[in-house]
Amino acid sequence: MAIKTYVLVCGGTACESTKSRELYDALVRELREQGAENDAQIVKTGCFGFCEKGPVVKFLPDETFYVNVAAADAKELIAEHVIKGRPVKRLMYDSEQSKKRAKIDDIQFYQKQFRIVLRNCGVINPESIDEYIARDGYKALEKVLFEMTPEQVLKELEISGLRGRGGAGFPTWKKWGFCRDVKSDQKYMICNADEGDPGAYMDRSTIEGDPHSILEAMTIAGRTIGASCGYVYIRAEYPLAIRRLEVAIEQANAYGLLGEKILGSDFSFQIELRLGAGAFVCGEETALIHSIEGSRGMPTPRPPFPAVKGLWGKPTVINNVETLANIPVVILKGGGWFAKIGTETSKGTKVFALTGKINNSGLIEVPMGTTLREIIFDIGGGIRNNRKFKAAQTGGPSGGVIPEQFLDTPIDYENLAKLGSIMGSGGLIVMDEDDCMVDVNKFYLEFTVDESCGKCAPCRIGGKSMSLILDRITAGNGTDADMPKLLEIGKAMSKASLCGLGQTAPNPVVSTLRYFQDEYLAHIRDRKCPAGKCKDLVHYLITDACIGCGVCARKCPVNCITGQKRGKHVIDQTKCVKCGECFKACKFSAITRG
Amino acid sequence: MAKLTLDDLRKLRESKSNEMERRNVDGKDISVIIGMGTCGIAAGAKKTFDTFVEALAGKPELKTVVIRQTGCMGLCYAEPTVEVVMPGMPTVIYGNVGPEVARKIVQEHLLNRRLVGDHVFDKPAADIVKSRSK
Repeated sequence: MAIKTYVLVCGGTACESTKSRELYDALVRELREQGAENDAQIVKTGCFGFCEKGPVVKFLPDETFYVNVAAADAKELIAEHVIKGRPVKRLMYDSEQSKKRAKIDDIQFYQKQFRIVLRNCGVINPESIDEYIARDGYKALEKVLFEMTPEQVLKELEISGLRGRGGAGFPTWKKWGFCRDVKSDQKYMICNADEGDPGAYMDRSTIEGDPHSILEAMTIAGRTIGASCGYVYIRAEYPLAIRRLEVAIEQANAYGLLGEKILGSDFSFQIELRLGAGAFVCGEETALIHSIEGSRGMPTPRPPFPAVKGLWGKPTVINNVETLANIPVVILKGGGWFAKIGTETSKGTKVFALTGKINNSGLIEVPMGTTLREIIFDIGGGIRNNRKFKAAQTGGPSGGVIPEQFLDTPIDYENLAKLGSIMGSGGLIVMDEDDCMVDVNKFYLEFTVDESCGKCAPCRIGGKSMSLILDRITAGNGTDADMPKLLEIGKAMSKASLCGLGQTAPNPVVSTLRYFQDEYLAHIRDRKCPAGKCKDLVHYLITDACIGCGVCARKCPVNCITGQKRGKHVIDQTKCVKCGECFKACKFSAITRG
Repeated sequence: MAKLTLDDLRKLRESKSNEMERRNVDGKDISVIIGMGTCGIAAGAKKTFDTFVEALAGKPELKTVVIRQTGCMGLCYAEPTVEVVMPGMPTVIYGNVGPEVARKIVQEHLLNRRLVGDHVFDKPAADIVKSRSK
């Protein structure tokens, strides 16, 4: 007899701690006792997310999702669901949010993710235009070319409420509208794929997984604003994404979905790639334009905005990869459909690259308005090694941190700004109690100092000065005057810098000063780093609790721990590199960090 | 390939759509789909790919298996990921598929029709494209 039902029991670490192992054993036992071993297979799986509701169990092929399942429920699940084929309603997952989302579409949702941008990623072969076409690819273009006027396209975008996903959140229909309204013999459409925030890789994955969606959206944009030429500005260190774009452009040209008279219409559009050398500032639109023109990638003051005077002095629209990937869906499903997803001011979904101290790091896409708690604990599977959540960093070097008390704030452009962070392009770095906020900031500031183009003084000098102050604080030489000084420089930078890079560079510092002032104070007044990250402020000492097992001495990479067997060991402070290996290795809590 | 007209494009979509649908539901084809984004490749997806090719060679009963590539599904913590689509079995995503697990998938999933424990992961979200056509 063939197996009819597959019972998946979550075996992630979080579920294991909520007794999924017992449940697994109980299910196996019940299956045997009820004589259904040939009807079903019990399988242990990787983490499903939803760890707060664990243990979770999923039945295939009917996709029934059970939460908070106890070992005592095993008998009923096997008897009812496996043998009689009747789902056990009382254990099924049911939430207000899933009901709300179920209204958007007729799919039964139990997942927190909703994929518009990533709809094809991990589904189609990115090097096959046929598979893209099969999944409604180029259907939106069809509609735009033959059934809609450019005004209708703009209207649809306006209804959708789609805002730029590059970080600032400017309404896309307005940007396109401005450019459309300018009269010019030539206009340009640019896709900004110069993704540079540390820890962010949404755009790379989107292009690698679904390159045609970007080409289709650019063509739609070209038709709407009246451009016949488009550029994808992508960094050279994304070789796979570049190759897939090249393949996609070639295929689209061969099919006549790019080039002269697309699909027999009177519209012609071509797309070329421009490779950037990886300067962070080239993600800023005026710098990006200069880089395409072959000049040095440095920003120029706005206005004039690119929509009026952009590439080679012609009206130009620049959209981020993620923004563009939304466009075909907005056109096909309608602005109204799109506007139902998300919050009052922020519509649709947002892709985040979830990294840091999180169990399930990866690329996620959630409706706007999802809370950080849902992202980190339901989708991300919680903090690694059961450590305590400290803060989440959004927006990379231009963003800020969100501490624990705001975990339940729905994420959208406005709420993040209120908390002193920004949506940014979508990097989301999770930090736990072992991360030092001052040290993290030092990293971001060093990054922006490195990447500052040096054209304007506030960014060039301000960034460096702030970075020096942070160096001083983490070395234990901070003074009480340092914190107000940081804020003062930060304020000047954000007011006077020429472009977004300098204007937002102080954000991480300002935001951590707001929420983690005591950590700065600990560094400055007590000369201590509470997280134990700042090496100059940390000392490891072995106390009398040492039993002389010698584990620390064996772990020490610089062999600076000595002592007799069964006698108290000593750390040679002059040689210690403060790696903390001994601290982690000691089973008797005989090593202190202070 | 000649340039498409509107009609050609629609016809092509129809036929390819049916083809994909059949592959997903009741066709005879079995697909092993390997995530080959940068993260997958960095985690060893190419080796996994090669292992599947080797493991399938010389097994006439698995002649209908197609090995395909796709982009990143977002489960970066579980790369390399492999999706197995075959008739009569639920579509499953396997994570952390190294060569050994790949061979296990061929033996257990494809031949014995049993899932390979400890490596099954959840698809991250419902498919909005498919839901429309239903």
